[in-house]
Amino acid sequence: MKVDAKDVAVEFHDLTVSYDKKPVLWNIDMTLPKGALIGIIGPNGAGKSTLIKSAMGLLPLSSGYVRIFDKALDDVRRWVSYVPQRETVDWDFPTSVLDVVLMGRYARLGLLARPKKEDKEIAMNCLQKVGMEAYSKRQISQLSGGQQQRVFLARALAQEADLYFMDEPFAGVDAATESAILEVLQELTAQGKTVIVVHHDLQSAAEFFDWIILLNMRLIASGPIDQVFTNEYLQEAYGGKLTVLSEVSELIKKRRLPSREKY
Amino acid sequence: MEVLIEFFSFQDPNVVSVVVGAILLTASSAVVGTFTFLKKKALVGDAVAHAVLPGICLAFLLSGNKNPFFLIVGAFITGWISLVLVDTITARSKLKEDTAIALILSVFFGLGILMLTYIQHTGNAAQTGLQSFLFGKAAALVGQDLWVFGIVAVILIVTVVLFFKELTLIAFDEHFAHAIGLPVRGLNLLLTSLTVMAVVTGIQAVGVVLMAAMLITPAAAARFWTDDVRLMTFLAALMGAFSGLSGAFVSYTAPTMPTGPWIVMIISMIAIFSFFFAPARGIISNTVRQRNQQAQIMQENLLKELYRLGEKEENHFQERSVQELIEKRHFPKRPLKAALRQLKRRGYLTHHHGLWQLTQNGKAKGRRVVKLHRLWELYLSKYMKIEPDHVHEDAETIEHVITPELEAQLEALLDYPEVDPHDSKIPY
Repeated sequence: MKVDAKDVAVEFHDLTVSYDKKPVLWNIDMTLPKGALIGIIGPNGAGKSTLIKSAMGLLPLSSGYVRIFDKALDDVRRWVSYVPQRETVDWDFPTSVLDVVLMGRYARLGLLARPKKEDKEIAMNCLQKVGMEAYSKRQISQLSGGQQQRVFLARALAQEADLYFMDEPFAGVDAATESAILEVLQELTAQGKTVIVVHHDLQSAAEFFDWIILLNMRLIASGPIDQVFTNEYLQEAYGGKLTVLSEVSELIKKRRLPSREKY
Repeated sequence: MEVLIEFFSFQDPNVVSVVVGAILLTASSAVVGTFTFLKKKALVGDAVAHAVLPGICLAFLLSGNKNPFFLIVGAFITGWISLVLVDTITARSKLKEDTAIALILSVFFGLGILMLTYIQHTGNAAQTGLQSFLFGKAAALVGQDLWVFGIVAVILIVTVVLFFKELTLIAFDEHFAHAIGLPVRGLNLLLTSLTVMAVVTGIQAVGVVLMAAMLITPAAAARFWTDDVRLMTFLAALMGAFSGLSGAFVSYTAPTMPTGPWIVMIISMIAIFSFFFAPARGIISNTVRQRNQQAQIMQENLLKELYRLGEKEENHFQERSVQELIEKRHFPKRPLKAALRQLKRRGYLTHHHGLWQLTQNGKAKGRRVVKLHRLWELYLSKYMKIEPDHVHEDAETIEHVITPELEAQLEALLDYPEVDPHDSKIPY
């Protein structure tokens, strides 16, 4: 089941993505609306992170394409921001909270340029939005999990983008961080920006999002929450994998076949 | 001593050139090596260092002389090929990166030694000194060599300074760098080229065998002293330069001695010193911190015990002997006495005629520990549904950890309860 968006922010067109030849997402085809808080929901191994990574051009696509604001990603990168899972970096890296947030400004600064006073002000401003301004000089290894997540969010805010992809920003954070992050996301969508979030908790998903994407290696449903968040679709997404689909994926990997033929 | 003065008076122009050269080479490898270290690619540096040897030999065989320019080009080419091969093997075969590195390192180094031996047997008079690329010879850094290697070293440092923010970002979070549209492939290529160049220039001072140490050790040592990548890079350069200077000195005073091992020994001493003595991250300060913590726990336990005894006898200011305390709770004698003395100094206890007594402050502090202990027991049994006879051990630890903020939260959450799960009164 899928509902087409009226004012399109992101379009996935027949997207298939493979890891090491093994397809993990099959034929994802949908449009997502501007200004919405969108949740990507599905069981472990459903391909949720893969979906946003491929949208950000971090993974090679086996087939299909992604268009953002009706343009190719490289033409709009400046307006697109990405928050990786916080476990993907080494938090013992010798750098401070403010320096991490300033990284959000690098795309605007361009090569060779140093951050200016204005960039530092914007970075401090973003830290304040996530309630971390008191920590700006801290070394990042001294932060708790929730604080790390807020710093990553502040870095994304410093990009001043129009579209945000976030990979599990609510995973393993304390209650205070959860509400602080949610508040920031709602503020962003209120300004007409689009926020797409990978999320693992069904219960809070029902409260957080306006639009839901249900995923389990293939698209189960995409649409406004009241149409998608139904027993029927949830059961389809969580009610076990399609065993034939998984086995075909394994076969393709074993025989090292490309998932699309060239000729 | 005389030699030392003679050396550092810099009257011999050769000394100046050797010193400047050695410092530039070691400092530039340290600066580039900081990023190799931060990207956790230390072993890759080692592979490149060994892989440049066949390039140097090949350049010599083809050109017939030791022109530094040809040697650098030759070294750069085989250094690069080795890295490409490591990447290809890792990506295309089932072998993992460590295996690929070990394979490439030994194959290239073996090839290099073969060629070196062949050159030595050709009887070409120009080949004398080629041997010094194995273990380094800082004293050879004069004339044209100094200029060529020196300029490359300066270029390396300037390039790192220019691309500092991008190199830092790809070392910290490559995905994000890619996502914001930085040319990650290009930057990785740049860092790889810088690493190869650093190795190629550094081997003149250190030699191929020990070059990896010159890339990685200064960064590893500097990491102990700071949490700021800028300062870390600067410190690494400084430490590298110092070891280079001492290497030059050794090379000057004992011309037959290879400099590489000396430089590496000195930078390793700096690293070992940092490992033990750096504030905050060093082993010693860590040990001291842990000891202080244990002493504090001991003191808090003591105050708690005194408070509980007072609670039972309804007299908190009863004077007690050391013997009595040992009987009540099996405190080991020596740490107990140390803790008692420390508590007296901090004004929590008084001491008359061998007997110890709580002060008002001491009573308040003891009461707080008892309160935290009992609050935590209650919290465990109420919110985590743990049986009352299983909560004590947990609370023994947690009572020393809870901050005043958490204390207030616990009190509010449990609504200032009267008694703990064992029906002991909770004191406020």
